[in-house]
Amino acid sequence: MSNEGVDVGKRRFLTAATTVVGGVGAGFAAWPFLSSWQPSARAKAAGAPVVADISELEEGALVIFEWRGKPVWVIRRSPEMVENLPAVEGDLRDPQSEKDQQPEYARNEVRSIRKDVMVMIGSCTHLGCSPSFRPDYPAEDMDPNWKGGFFCPCHGSKFDLAGRVYKGVPAPTNLVVPPYHFESDNVIVIGEDPANEGVA
Amino acid sequence: MPIVPNPYKTTGFLGWIDDRFPLTKMWKDHVAEYYAPKNFNFWYFFGSLALLVLVNQLLTGIWLAMFFKPDAALAFESVEYIMRDVEWGWLIRYMHSTGASAFFVVVFLHMYRGLLYGSYRQPRELIWIFGCLIFLVLMAEAFMGYVLPWGQMSYWGAQVIISLFGAIPVVGEDLVTWIRGDFFIADATINRFFSLHVVALPFVLVGLVIAHLLALHEVGSNNPDGVEIKKHKDENGIPKDGIAFHPYYTVKDIFGTGVFLILFAFVIFFIPDFGGYFLEKPNFEPANPMVTPEHIAPVWYFTPQYAMLRAITVDLFGVPAKLWGVIVLGGSVVILFFLPWLDKSPVKSIRYKGPIFKIALALFTVSFVVLGYLGTQPPTPGKTLLAQIGTAIYFGFFFLMPFYTKIDKTKPEPDRVTMKEGH
Repeated sequence: MSNEGVDVGKRRFLTAATTVVGGVGAGFAAWPFLSSWQPSARAKAAGAPVVADISELEEGALVIFEWRGKPVWVIRRSPEMVENLPAVEGDLRDPQSEKDQQPEYARNEVRSIRKDVMVMIGSCTHLGCSPSFRPDYPAEDMDPNWKGGFFCPCHGSKFDLAGRVYKGVPAPTNLVVPPYHFESDNVIVIGEDPANEGVA
Repeated sequence: MPIVPNPYKTTGFLGWIDDRFPLTKMWKDHVAEYYAPKNFNFWYFFGSLALLVLVNQLLTGIWLAMFFKPDAALAFESVEYIMRDVEWGWLIRYMHSTGASAFFVVVFLHMYRGLLYGSYRQPRELIWIFGCLIFLVLMAEAFMGYVLPWGQMSYWGAQVIISLFGAIPVVGEDLVTWIRGDFFIADATINRFFSLHVVALPFVLVGLVIAHLLALHEVGSNNPDGVEIKKHKDENGIPKDGIAFHPYYTVKDIFGTGVFLILFAFVIFFIPDFGGYFLEKPNFEPANPMVTPEHIAPVWYFTPQYAMLRAITVDLFGVPAKLWGVIVLGGSVVILFFLPWLDKSPVKSIRYKGPIFKIALALFTVSFVVLGYLGTQPPTPGKTLLAQIGTAIYFGFFFLMPFYTKIDKTKPEPDRVTMKEGH
């Protein structure tokens, strides 16, 4: 076909306009497909608080509860463990818990409501593996100043017994403390703030 | 009778086809009259072997999908069902799982051949880029496939790899949730990975393989001398140093296939888990979201990248170590795409390249193997340092290439391909 007598400017405009309108249409058509990947209504509805009974938890031991598909650790820290916490502060990235990795009521030197009971989500802040509990010290494969804590088998990140991250490891922040409160001395509700604290 | 008879003068049934579809044309263009350099060596087996393994994966994969259940509650058990109760199910699964590792073996060697002989150089940049895309899709395909059996390594591997996207600033966390389809690795995750692994990515992979081959047949194959055979053609326009792909290289490739299948069958029948490298031991345990296995490492073909990921432990230029790790991991694959423009050497093949390139390639090879080993090992301060050195060499090989290939003392290329006497 010859292009003689063709208004090239108009043809180009119509081609561009068709492309733009078609492109916008394709964008809108893609939305339902992309959006279907978001958590379903059912997944969003799950995640009720978990009631954790720690009456049988011994001093120095750890127990795992499942909350929203993640492991939540409860550790009954011995007085020695609590005393050791300040000793490692020089080796930590965020010893004062300045980053928002915990509710306000756990933003203190022990990162917990009660000094003897530590509650935190057992997912490494690097890439989500669950670190191993390593209360033993001194440990040959750890820092010279190691006072017990957690070691991530995936990429070698280290945390102390308050979930505070060491310097020089891939994990950027302290372990997350979930909202929780004590229903009684030995019963913790994980996933719900204390009554007087409002929403986290 | 068609208006224009086909130029091949084929008659009968074939003629009827050729009048309507370019069957004889395709056969001639891509097989019987595709002229490849006559001096191919050992390194040229791996392209056709990659195609063979692809067919193996497609065939066994289709069969596995008949018995597998993509459901977090049923997946692990359905794999055990395939292994124990389905007639010959064990063989089909081991062919698929061993095929995955074999795929990477032949693809790594195939890519290394490209490095040796400069097969990525002009005019073959697009062949190389299609190849890199194939490698990328293959990695995604292998990763998602490994998640499906829903063992401990499936689960925690998925956890780590998907979390990588969380390091992206601002949108990272939402992106991770979007990929998982839940707030943790869940049923939604395995379900969509199944669809991607079985439907979407194989389509993309096959399409890319076709593009890779079309680009190859457009410009012609490189060879161990790195010289263009199309510079010297005979009176019929056939390269003087070219031989028809069929029957010459089909026969050669059948021999390679035979040797490959012997090794492949040996692994399938005698060491299908390859001592924990092809199928890792923790994956014989069902996924447990509460406990990460004591020692976790990816399958062997991801260990070099994995070692680089965890080698990055310091914040740099205000960017956190975690994001750097992800940048390094992604960069180690992305950098491959740029190879055609990084190599400034006047010659293509290592046969005529100078000592600096040879040393650089040797260092690169050693660092890749050492990183691969380190990726299988638990991290210690000494090993992390070694991984950091390895990472520096890996990237140095590419980043410094424009400089060292320019100053390197190369030998003159021959005019025609060279072969030993008696061939």
